[in-house]
Amino acid sequence: MPPTAEHKASPSGRTESWFARLNITGLLARQGILVAFVIFMIGFTVANERFLDPDNVMGVIRSSAILGVMALGVTFVVISGNLDLSVGSMMSFSTIVVLDLHDKIGPALAIPAMFAMTLCLGALIGFLVGYLRLNSLIVTLGMLSAIHGLTLTYSGGKNMDIADKEGTWFGVFGQGDAMGIPIPILLFVLLAALLGAVLSKTPFGRKVYAVGGNGVAATFAGIRRARLVFCCYLISSFCVATAGLIQASRSLGSQNTVGQGLELEVLAAVILGGASLMGGAGTIFKTVIGVLILGFIQNGLLLVGLQFYVQYVVTWIIIILAVWLDIAAKRGKLWSPIA
Amino acid sequence: MAPGTLSTFLKRGAIWGFILFELVFFTIAGEFLSLSDKAFMDLDNMLLLFKQSAPIGIIAMGMTIIMINGNIDLSVGAIYAISAIVLLDSMTWPMFAGLGDWVIPLSWALALLTGAMLGALNGLIVWKTGVDAFIVTLGSMLGYRGLVFMYNGEQPTSHLNWTLVDFAEAQFLGLHTPTWFLLAATAAIWFLMNRTVHGRNAYAIGNNREAAVNAGIRVGPHMMINFVIIGFLAALSAVVFYSESGSVNPNDGELYELWVITAVVLGGTKLTGGAGSILSTFGGVLAIQLLRKGLAHIGADTSTVNLVIGLILVAVLFLDRQLNIKGKEELRL
Repeated sequence: MPPTAEHKASPSGRTESWFARLNITGLLARQGILVAFVIFMIGFTVANERFLDPDNVMGVIRSSAILGVMALGVTFVVISGNLDLSVGSMMSFSTIVVLDLHDKIGPALAIPAMFAMTLCLGALIGFLVGYLRLNSLIVTLGMLSAIHGLTLTYSGGKNMDIADKEGTWFGVFGQGDAMGIPIPILLFVLLAALLGAVLSKTPFGRKVYAVGGNGVAATFAGIRRARLVFCCYLISSFCVATAGLIQASRSLGSQNTVGQGLELEVLAAVILGGASLMGGAGTIFKTVIGVLILGFIQNGLLLVGLQFYVQYVVTWIIIILAVWLDIAAKRGKLWSPIA
Repeated sequence: MAPGTLSTFLKRGAIWGFILFELVFFTIAGEFLSLSDKAFMDLDNMLLLFKQSAPIGIIAMGMTIIMINGNIDLSVGAIYAISAIVLLDSMTWPMFAGLGDWVIPLSWALALLTGAMLGALNGLIVWKTGVDAFIVTLGSMLGYRGLVFMYNGEQPTSHLNWTLVDFAEAQFLGLHTPTWFLLAATAAIWFLMNRTVHGRNAYAIGNNREAAVNAGIRVGPHMMINFVIIGFLAALSAVVFYSESGSVNPNDGELYELWVITAVVLGGTKLTGGAGSILSTFGGVLAIQLLRKGLAHIGADTSTVNLVIGLILVAVLFLDRQLNIKGKEELRL
């Protein structure tokens, strides 16, 4: 059988000359999400002049950072052709663990210990999906429940709080500034730059696309698929641990359900960025745009005086429109060929 | 299918074997660990188990046919909440004020209609845009939840109609009303999938969509019908549950999709479509409820239930794959 989707082989569409890419329709189809982003920004700015205020923009990016950091890791997993529904409860886990260990062994040891424990969970999922080749949707669904149970057992069902909130430097990751930029944003940008480079500039990144685009072909090309998928889940759990660190540090105390439901919001951001659930497509940059769109829509709707839940409905419409227009551009027809 | 007969038999029977194991385990463990002196296998306890299985179980029937057809629906929890609100709120509408208790069937019909229409909207989008059902229903899970909040803000919606409560709490031939609805839904869906053209086509589409198209089966309408059915069943589940409880929070039904999918997968339905059995889903629903009740019986808390269910789900997937490799000699790529 010939490969059904040629665009998957070249994720950034480099096979065409830059000249051919200049036409407006093509630009809309490829960068539609960016265009939508700009339109939204203009619309909200017209509606409320406070929207583009630097403080407001900083605030939005800052509060999107946790979701964004998680979305970076999930982008790897999704491009490799898998799903990760466990990131929400894994984030609760790392938040609770680091808060608990903070008072027991001090923050300097608690952070590496928490990263190690979260990476272990990521490794377990990576082993199940990569090496045992189990369906990632069900495995991570099971792990969502199992890790939630683990968190509840660990915390004894109670909320965690740092005893001495004044006398600890632990809050720096969530509340601190460096050169006027909040640390969460800095972590988000650094991690995005790092992972973006890994995905687009290294052999490893190319292999992630290859495995997601056509796993069988990638195997025949000598790519060790199991190890690659394993690594993607490790990256995802590393991002989750970072998100948990920011969350814990921001509030210095937490409920043990803090990440509940985040997995689907993260997935929404990744899909909004144009990553295909079938694997093989998507970029870190577009995921960041997806995260920012969600963040700015939420903020913009609040600023024009709408309730927080209106963003759910708007997000729904945007997700479906974004994915629809994306695949409509690829197949050249607006309506699906399904009889 | 002669070579796979034994493994097929094993897989079909597996969920019932698991239920039997749970019953024996919790009965014996309960003797040593339980704080109450009531036996686990007490008749009242088992009747209650059926009743408590109903909300998840009714939706799981719809999810089974959606998954057999090769799709998935993540929005059932939100549809459940909207239907519940429509049910309770419509009973207080002034235009129905003069109807007395006749408002009940009207409210039921409105709630069920709401569910079916929301399901139809999902189905229509999947059909006409060609976007994957996972994405469409992920979106509508958020969107429908937004509608729930828009309806009544963050306030709970409450209305108690005692005639309705009496009906929902009634026992007929020993079984509670919700149990009867669960059984009826199971029977109806079983009939639909095993004795009608629609059911046969749904299996065919899930198994090999291209072949089904070539055989002249229209894929779109079948998917659409299945989405209408799951929307209707999510509403039915809400109607049955909230007739008794009489109060719905805007967050109700959250994570229901995950419980439902867990039950369906435990019952052996393939995510890739084409295979699955209604009766096994029924078994999966009972198994989960037994686990929750049994663990509570021997004094474990909710955290253990979550942990155990998650691990069982992964274990089932692993065993299932081992059995399948033997049957198909699958190439390990």
